[in-house]
Amino acid sequence: MSHFQRFGVDPDHMVHATGVRKSFGSLEVLKGVDLAVRKGSVACIIGPSGSGKSTFLRCINHLEEINEGLLLVDGDFVGYRLHDDKLHELPASAICRRRAEIGMVFQHFNLFPHMTVLENIIEAPLRVRGDPPAKAREAALQLLEQVGLQAKRDAYPRQLSGGQQQRVAIARALAMRPKLILFDEPTSALDPELVGEVLEVMKQLARGGMTMVVVTHEIGFAREVADELVFMDGGVVVEKGDPRQMIANPVSPRTREFLARVR
Amino acid sequence: MSSTDIHPAAIAPASSAYAPAIVPLRHPWRNAAVALVLLLLALLLYAVATNPEFQWPLVGHYLFNELILAGVGVTLLLTLLIMCLSCVGGTVVALMLVSRSRLLSVPARWFVWFFRGTPALVQLIFWYNLAVLFKHVGLYIPGLGTVFSVKTNDLITPFVAAVIALSLQESGYMAEIVRNGLKSVHRGQAEAALCLGMNPALLMRRIVLPQAMRVIIPPTGNETISLLKTTSLVSTIAVGDLLYSAQSIYARTFETIPLLLVVSIWYLAIVSLMSVGQRYLERHFSRDEAAR
Repeated sequence: MSHFQRFGVDPDHMVHATGVRKSFGSLEVLKGVDLAVRKGSVACIIGPSGSGKSTFLRCINHLEEINEGLLLVDGDFVGYRLHDDKLHELPASAICRRRAEIGMVFQHFNLFPHMTVLENIIEAPLRVRGDPPAKAREAALQLLEQVGLQAKRDAYPRQLSGGQQQRVAIARALAMRPKLILFDEPTSALDPELVGEVLEVMKQLARGGMTMVVVTHEIGFAREVADELVFMDGGVVVEKGDPRQMIANPVSPRTREFLARVR
Repeated sequence: MSSTDIHPAAIAPASSAYAPAIVPLRHPWRNAAVALVLLLLALLLYAVATNPEFQWPLVGHYLFNELILAGVGVTLLLTLLIMCLSCVGGTVVALMLVSRSRLLSVPARWFVWFFRGTPALVQLIFWYNLAVLFKHVGLYIPGLGTVFSVKTNDLITPFVAAVIALSLQESGYMAEIVRNGLKSVHRGQAEAALCLGMNPALLMRRIVLPQAMRVIIPPTGNETISLLKTTSLVSTIAVGDLLYSAQSIYARTFETIPLLLVVSIWYLAIVSLMSVGQRYLERHFSRDEAAR
């Protein structure tokens, strides 16, 4: 069900967050995050470690439950059902159905080590969506071609370099044909010479019109690809705007200080 | 032969550095130890082969005796049945152990504490004597009365007592083994599966358990071998396993030693077969590690 109207949310927002709060025990990590990501756009979130940017990303697909606030993906709640003006927690199976439409790429790839590259990619289309095997295989091979790894289809993840593993992880996420992909520091665990090949695949995705939320330290990538740059610090969005403008002329002194340090 | 026999240019061609030959270190003490072990082994074999009290011809005579073979069958059946039940039971208890609800994890911890903490033989005799505690086993529903009831002694035969007692004990051990296996799978694996839309059951079956199996199989193989031999305890409550069959023969004929040799040979043979099976299972669940 879509709640765009009820909450006065622009239907063009793929992700819509207002006042999102999240605590781990007594530690409040998100202290009221406001953010909107338009359909077909790329948002890059930067910020010092511990600023809550990864936690926020994990809240979007309900890997973490939020404590307060409004968080909609394509006009709907991922982990809840609205009824009698209350949010009722959904059973795991229902959350999974909604999560299948939101891809995620992790810092440490998290490929399934006991499956080959091809098996990694077709696993979810086969068993979650119920695609016929031939169709799933064909789609997977096409995705592998897109990320330039057809030759590695029968390799196991441990036989691949970090950059290759991350490209397979992206293909695996794409296999579910998501309407949104979340990237959690996708190049932070890579050797410097392997960062480029992963960013290249991501650029290609962005050009294809995929909606992406990217937590990253790659300022260069953000400047080139992002439609919006978001700077988070201390659990809130400190500044957001056009990446070129923001990198050249940050308004907040905290943004300026951070950008000076990472460049 | 001395180094002067060789032309210097042959040893040290102009292009590479002079490389002296390598002489491996000698191990005189190791060689002496090997000799000693071989000597002791020869003496033992000689003693075993020439001592008529071992009665080797009788061992051959009883090895495929009908009663012995029936005993082997019962031992194998017990081991298989108990292991299957405790794999299921152990997995259930392990899932309870890792549950976020303390109402599940605390009873599971008590279960493991109790059934690992008491000797198998005590539990065996306890279940065998269940009739002392409960004369009848039945289902009583308030308002409906007794739905059915059987005499405990009819239900708990020695075989059933053995299966229940050893399964409960083994489940306690298996629970810890499975829990360890589950713990060994990185959390990111479950998260990646969830993000692909897998529900918890699918994620457990396709992603977590297959990876946990690598950690679960080696100790489970150990447990199976240990269980095979533990089942010999059932001879104390008159279940006709391998040991009990041998005992019933030598109680009549007093051919104690040859029959115990027969029993040992059978246990060793079964354990050897199991080890081969274990190796195949291990290889199956670590296919990716074999790939280079």
